[in-house]
Amino acid sequence: MNVRAHMSMMFHLDKCLGCHTCSVACKNLWTDPRGSEYMWWNNVETRPGTGYPTLWEDQEHFHGGWVRTRAGELKLRLHSRVKGLANLFYNPSLPVIDDYYEPFTFRYQDLFDAPAGTDQPTAIPISQITGEPIDIVSGPNWDDDLAGSAIYARNDPNLESVSAHVRAQLDEIERVVFTYVPRICNHCLNPACVAACPSGAIYKRAEDGVVLVNDTKCRGWRMCVAACPYKKVYNNWTTGKSEKCILCFPRLETGQAPGCAHSCVGRIRYVGVLLYDADKIPSAASVPTADLVHSQLSAILDPHDPKVVAAAEASGVDPGWVEAAGRSPVYRFVKEWGIALPLHPEYRTMAMMFYVPPLSPLMSTYEDGLASPDVHPAHTDFDLSADLDRARLPIEYLANLFSAGDVKPVRAALAKMMAVRAFKRRESVEGSVDEATLELLHKAGSSAREAEEMYRLTTLASFQERFVIPKYHRETQIEGHVDPLVHKGSAGRGYLQASER
Amino acid sequence: MNWNTILFLLVPYAVVPLAVVASAYRLLYRPYTVSSLSSQILESRKLFWGSISFHWGLVLVLTGHLVALLLPRSITLWNAAPIRLYLLEATGLALGLWALAGGAVLAWRRYSDARVRAVTRPADVIVLVLLVVSMVTGVLTATLYSFGSSWFTAVFTPYLWSLATLRPRPELVADLPWLVKLHAFNFFLLAATFPFTRLVHIVTLPLGYLYRPWQLVIWARRPSRDTGARR
Repeated sequence: MNVRAHMSMMFHLDKCLGCHTCSVACKNLWTDPRGSEYMWWNNVETRPGTGYPTLWEDQEHFHGGWVRTRAGELKLRLHSRVKGLANLFYNPSLPVIDDYYEPFTFRYQDLFDAPAGTDQPTAIPISQITGEPIDIVSGPNWDDDLAGSAIYARNDPNLESVSAHVRAQLDEIERVVFTYVPRICNHCLNPACVAACPSGAIYKRAEDGVVLVNDTKCRGWRMCVAACPYKKVYNNWTTGKSEKCILCFPRLETGQAPGCAHSCVGRIRYVGVLLYDADKIPSAASVPTADLVHSQLSAILDPHDPKVVAAAEASGVDPGWVEAAGRSPVYRFVKEWGIALPLHPEYRTMAMMFYVPPLSPLMSTYEDGLASPDVHPAHTDFDLSADLDRARLPIEYLANLFSAGDVKPVRAALAKMMAVRAFKRRESVEGSVDEATLELLHKAGSSAREAEEMYRLTTLASFQERFVIPKYHRETQIEGHVDPLVHKGSAGRGYLQASER
Repeated sequence: MNWNTILFLLVPYAVVPLAVVASAYRLLYRPYTVSSLSSQILESRKLFWGSISFHWGLVLVLTGHLVALLLPRSITLWNAAPIRLYLLEATGLALGLWALAGGAVLAWRRYSDARVRAVTRPADVIVLVLLVVSMVTGVLTATLYSFGSSWFTAVFTPYLWSLATLRPRPELVADLPWLVKLHAFNFFLLAATFPFTRLVHIVTLPLGYLYRPWQLVIWARRPSRDTGARR
């Protein structure tokens, strides 16, 4: 057992209100220099929708992630080693700026310089690349809240395998539904960007699993951009280098949560340590599609198990990190309660950011009485639990996002969340919990004690409970070659050398 | 000292060491600036038609020049039969035209696309002009002064070796037509710009990709076995 620690984030989608505060915090921290305006290391997508960059999930087009060969081995969908070199002169799967959007600003000076007249002066939009006036045709959240739209929602790649009558339901005027999916780099265990880089410039930090680009080694071949199935590596068109989410490691190293998580208004984000068995990665990533979720979760280890603790120490994991893994909110949601799933496990990169699937759109079907007006409120919880397939946001759709099309893990997660909700409703509204509700909880694989804990961590968790960030001891790692205090002032984002452009 | 000596003795002896030293300096001390500086994300379609033919055409033509320089006898022997000579000449000319066509597309792309123009620096234009001059004079030489593959080994191979072995004989190229001289001299100009422009990306060919492990995991400091004592 080769134990390593991973700094992971978990998104409780049931709580996401789609305010984009995370995106703006990230943008202000990291991506406003020239060349990176179009990058959104953190973005929030409306689903069903086509996302950002447009249709990033269409791997037939972008060739991201890994595929399993007939022999059961993994291979990069993008290229073999030889083909990777042959494609250096032209990268055939690279998204272009229009797949994201042409970055724009407004000519504010016109407001001051316009000659006196009878009309109000206006600031016209100009391209941040050319400086010329442009018509804005897309943006990072261009399809925000556009549920049911013919050009966005209906073209969602995750709807392809959803049956026709379920899709038709989605289009019904009163069933139009959407949810939000915030996305950052998944800091995968089996990252395709690392494997695709001809220069070997991208690497995974062993201590916390953060995937970083070494800008000094990066030669700008852009294979990582194409190979990342989540399209979370970006090419800076000024410096020519690849840039990506760094999980705010300068903040983590000083004990702060990443900017997106710290600023989250809905408190949907949880940050904590997961222990995993690095020896299991190759086998876990190459099992048949149906087993992917299970195989990935089984590579994540129980930090309370004395055998794991001993192995972690033997593998060189800091004891403080092992202890923090035991208090990790991410571990509780992902492993103990089993209600958080990775995004698109079928890409086989073993994404280490996890999502609790959204429950609200399902519940509102019944509660608003839109689709099922004849259900008595007293029976709603039981009715809905028994009939998840009638949910307003199709369960197949969520399964395509979070469990490679397998509805079982999504159904189990939703059933448990619903049972907890019923349990707490009886408890706080009626003052007592009846047998039938306990039975519902039991059938969902939970208990009264667990329900109480889930409720607490979901709704009442303090800052310290949501972000369990152990000491990095970065100063002891770097003091051999740099004064830690000097390093503290220079860590983060900036340019040590000027780019040519 | 005549013009020929200046252009084909002093210039190469000034330029080639400069290229080597300045490139080494840039790779060692300014590695961040070494990049292919692609603009594909801004414009992809024209790049497809330009870049692939330009690069592969030039790589193959340059390989031909290199073979003639390093293994001149192989070329001479190959050209012993006329049919093989014609084949080699036709192939070389076709590759040169292919590269030139690609270069033309790239030049047009730089001129016509507003986004690409926005990231174009004077150095990019200089490099492009030098490369187009190189390709045009090369193609014209191949057409007008047949058969290049035969006389190259008799003229340029001994000349370049004389430079390399520090027993320079610039008089070897003194009587060549001006077009051929321009082609050769232009190469020295390219060498002079090499370390200071995007041309430097040629030396970054990432052959290590063929054998490196797929995944790269780096420890900030590989902890020792008794990490318990580290806290």
